[in-house]
Amino acid sequence: MELEDLKGLIELLKETDITELQIEKDGSKVKIKREKIISPIGMPVQKSSLSEDKLVAEVEDETQRLVTITSPIVGTFYRAPSPEAQVFVEVGQRVTKGTVLCIVEAMKLMNEIESDVDGIIVKILVENGQPVEYGEPLFLIEPL
Amino acid sequence: MKLFEKILIANRGEIAVRIIRACKELGIKTVAVYSDIEKDALHIRLADESVCIGPAHVSQSYLNIPAILSAAEITDSDAIHPGYGFLAENYHFAEACITSGITFIGPTPENIRLGGDKAKARQTMKRKGVPVVSGSDGPVATEEIAVKVAKKIGFPIVIKASAGGGGHGMKIVKEEKDLEQAFYVAQREALTAFGNSELYIEEYIPELRHVEVQIMADNKGNVVHLGERDCSIQRRHQKLIEESPSPISTTEKFKKRIGELGVKAARAIKYRNVGTVEFIVDPKSNMYFIEMNTRVQVEHPVTEAVTGIDIIKEQIKLAAGCPLEYKQSKIKLSGHAIECRINAEDSERFVPSPGRITFLSLPGGKGVRIDTALYSGYVIPSHYDSLIAKLIVHGADRTEAIIKMRRALDEFIIEGIHTTIPFHKKVIANPEFITGNYNTNFVEKINGNIQKTV
Repeated sequence: MELEDLKGLIELLKETDITELQIEKDGSKVKIKREKIISPIGMPVQKSSLSEDKLVAEVEDETQRLVTITSPIVGTFYRAPSPEAQVFVEVGQRVTKGTVLCIVEAMKLMNEIESDVDGIIVKILVENGQPVEYGEPLFLIEPL
Repeated sequence: MKLFEKILIANRGEIAVRIIRACKELGIKTVAVYSDIEKDALHIRLADESVCIGPAHVSQSYLNIPAILSAAEITDSDAIHPGYGFLAENYHFAEACITSGITFIGPTPENIRLGGDKAKARQTMKRKGVPVVSGSDGPVATEEIAVKVAKKIGFPIVIKASAGGGGHGMKIVKEEKDLEQAFYVAQREALTAFGNSELYIEEYIPELRHVEVQIMADNKGNVVHLGERDCSIQRRHQKLIEESPSPISTTEKFKKRIGELGVKAARAIKYRNVGTVEFIVDPKSNMYFIEMNTRVQVEHPVTEAVTGIDIIKEQIKLAAGCPLEYKQSKIKLSGHAIECRINAEDSERFVPSPGRITFLSLPGGKGVRIDTALYSGYVIPSHYDSLIAKLIVHGADRTEAIIKMRRALDEFIIEGIHTTIPFHKKVIANPEFITGNYNTNFVEKINGNIQKTV
């Protein structure tokens, strides 16, 4: 969600009576709320002057709650233990901590990369046979 | 002759930038490697490709042999340049490269292994007729033998670690009564620092100059030298300023003798590629072999300035199997060059000063060269050594070089961190430095009673 988009939404809120606006786009979620200001005697006072309203924007990036599995080594990423074998995991598959997700091959040694969490595979970020570096994101997992 | 398609540079900072530049000029593709805190480093931006090889700590990144070889594999690099430090003098790494079918740009693993065994290197040189400081014939196994050797050569002596070098792992012993304890402490310290407790002994020469000879050799046994460099301005055995020619190299006889000794030493161990032979010179101008440096050195630009030869390019060509292009008679030294190593350290106590460079202005003009990986806004990490720039000047003679260095240091502005620029300004203005009449005690003398760092 770009700053321009946010500004546009805030303007939209200001021009109307809308008190709360929530938008989901491209994996990002934005919630903008018009907050009521409480007067000292405890009676809620809805201010009409918009400059005193606090517009609270909560930007919740969906990817933040997902767990990223990154490569601990430099090598070549493979989805299956051998070319003829079945892939270790598919998108949507349920995995547990310790489930082997892929192989990263380095110097003819096959290194099995395991999941750190229990969850569901949301996205596979690299292609079979792609070279990967240390820290390269490989999988997005929604933890359960 | 086709050199290489692609070279992976197994280093960082200013030397990585230096090597990438040479590769680009030779039409060779480059691969930079980096640790995960160095994503903004200059050498990555200049290379054609880059691979993150590990986290910040050197053992998991720049010293991580499997990660570096794997990076070479996935990028199809056909050679690796190790730079200096890190894996440059690790013969396991050199061997692993060869086993993996990748050319190691440097000497043979055997050269590295011998160069790294200081006691054996000394012994070999002595046998081949290269003068060495009087001392033990090889390693000294027991304290009893140490006493015998020490009595024979006469006190004061210095105990050195075979696996040490660069001045590390040295203990000076002035009298026989101190020898026993010093020997056992030296063994313990050597084991901790280098993983090897082997020691050897040399006569201690109190006022010496460190003069080294740059050599190059092809794989047909042709060897040439590129003159000598004086590196006596050192603090705790770390070089701070180097110059070529040495201020004591005033006669053709001296120049010829030290150059020829350098070549002789290189031939004695069948050295290949680029390296440096270290000598100490006593006040009577006697030269003694101390160590062999089996790598390209930090101070190579000093020799590049006076010879006009691009040492890194030559290294690459020699590693590709090219014969030496230069005959000794064609190598001429011209003018005088001085290098100041600028460190991210405070100038009084030499305490490291990492952090963000808020403003950078580099000196320039005729005869001024800067080798650095700095840029304005760059954050110097605390994990790696503190050398951040090399300032090299070249003048028609030593006087012009000194004046030029003074002018260049005045122009050099680095803000946001402490640097040793003020220290260098002090040295360049010092009368003893200006006369050229200094030795390895110089820095200690001018720093006087300044508190030592922790």
